[in-house]
Amino acid sequence: MTTLARSPLQSGRPEVRAVESGYDVERVRADFPILHQQAHGHPLVYLDNAATSQKPRAVIDALVRYYECYNANIHRGVHYLSERATAEYEASRRSVQAFLNAARSAEIVFVRGTTEAINLVAQTYGRVHVGADDEVLITAMEHHSNIVPWQLLCEEKRAKLRVAPINDAGELILDEFERLLGPRTRIVAVSHVSNALGTVNPIATIVKMAHARNIPVLVDGAQAVPRMPVDVQQLDCDFYTFSGHKAYGPTGIGVLYGKLSLLEAMPPYQGGGEMISSVSFEKTVYNKVPHKFEAGTPDISGPIGLRAAIDYLKRLGMENIARYEHELLTYATEKVSAIPGIRLIGTAKEKAGVLSFVMDGVHPHDIGTILDQEGIAIRTGHHCAQPVMTRFHLDATARASFGLYNTKKEIDVLVRGLEKVREVFA
Amino acid sequence: MAELRDLYQELILEHSRAPRNYRELTDADHKAEGYNPLCGDRFTVFLHMDGESIRDVTFQGSGCAISKASASMMTQALKGKTRAEAEKIFERFHKLVTGQTVNGNQAELGKLAVFSGVSEFPTRVKCATLAWHTLQAALEGKQDAVSTE
Repeated sequence: MTTLARSPLQSGRPEVRAVESGYDVERVRADFPILHQQAHGHPLVYLDNAATSQKPRAVIDALVRYYECYNANIHRGVHYLSERATAEYEASRRSVQAFLNAARSAEIVFVRGTTEAINLVAQTYGRVHVGADDEVLITAMEHHSNIVPWQLLCEEKRAKLRVAPINDAGELILDEFERLLGPRTRIVAVSHVSNALGTVNPIATIVKMAHARNIPVLVDGAQAVPRMPVDVQQLDCDFYTFSGHKAYGPTGIGVLYGKLSLLEAMPPYQGGGEMISSVSFEKTVYNKVPHKFEAGTPDISGPIGLRAAIDYLKRLGMENIARYEHELLTYATEKVSAIPGIRLIGTAKEKAGVLSFVMDGVHPHDIGTILDQEGIAIRTGHHCAQPVMTRFHLDATARASFGLYNTKKEIDVLVRGLEKVREVFA
Repeated sequence: MAELRDLYQELILEHSRAPRNYRELTDADHKAEGYNPLCGDRFTVFLHMDGESIRDVTFQGSGCAISKASASMMTQALKGKTRAEAEKIFERFHKLVTGQTVNGNQAELGKLAVFSGVSEFPTRVKCATLAWHTLQAALEGKQDAVSTE
């Protein structure tokens, strides 16, 4: 239901804004200190959320509180601070478990980010299960972080990396994908939402196809977790990965979800303290999962900040965020594609959060510089997805990516900025 | 505050739209490839040397307006110059785009002085110098592609 609210913002001029099912974007914006500044003399318009998101006050405060009030090493101290830090760290694990609807908190492993989570699976599960002439299946829309770890594994094991193609809209061609699931396929690795195209993949369908042949599926959820509700039990995927910093949490923290039976059977990733239960020079007994995969003193503040981000997202409601961002994307798609000479790259029916485009006669890097002078932050380049660029015969695109605090007014500013680009290059 | 028009001067835009000496040099005796992984700019610079002199210099590839215009104007500026003169011009050009120009140097750069605005846009220095680094690699006979990273 849409109601209209009036707010006396901006030089006393009443502004009409939509409050969609309780989603009050101006109130949301007030929670993000960084948004309220000028860039090159213009109000900052931050449209680079697929690269990293900004942090709400609650996340910043949680980090400060940790360092001011209960910083200590975890899992081994007998003192007050250590007990408190351990309790908060493990509470964060349960918070992620609930957020992803994982069956057990032991299925949540803290890592540095999506990249490390994928490398962990490739180097542990992969090295055990992938051998010579076996196959790893990915898609043509993957980020480098879901390509290179598998290439390293395939090189080492003399296995083959297979790539399921995408169509001109940037959608996975499911028939081709299913055809590539063969007797030698040992694992499938696929993104939930493409960072370069915005395509949302039908993960549940992909998992069903793979499971029908007893092949496990890893999902790169870096772009999905900040944008939509994710239920790993409903998806039935075997591994799910995401980064805290793209989901309004701190940098340096990420999550690997794995089904318990798989995690338990996997060898450790790194050796050290915390991941052991006893050590002698003859024999080391590893700790239980998830600790087996968390060698050394971890980033303790990271999970604590991530929990604050999850609490924040839950308060807004992931359904509401998804609906609001979809509205923004629809609005931006309509406005930006109406600009003469602009072509959208990635026009899948199911899309989230990302608007990639090119402009006739203007290189994306020049678009980025001109928009920057207007205070607008976008990303230009290959978005760590060079094979996607090759697929569309491009060197680069310009990409605006939206977050839960962006507004239609900001999209209007983007459109005016793009008109200015055309003027400069007219 | 940096002005966009300082960066995107008319001459730069004109060269980016219609780059000069934009072709493969079939009788090239030196060539090198340059790549800027940040934005995907990729150029090949071809040289035909006559002893120590640059008899002909051309380029091909794809890139942003700054990198393309810089490559185009570089070929115009260096044709007929000696290796040592080319090195000297690049040195001056590099100082110009990184904001280290001392008075009087701009005049010696001739038309290339239009790139002075680049110094206000640090992220674009690599764009302006890509073709030059590539030329340098070609002169030195390097086989591997040069990268701005």
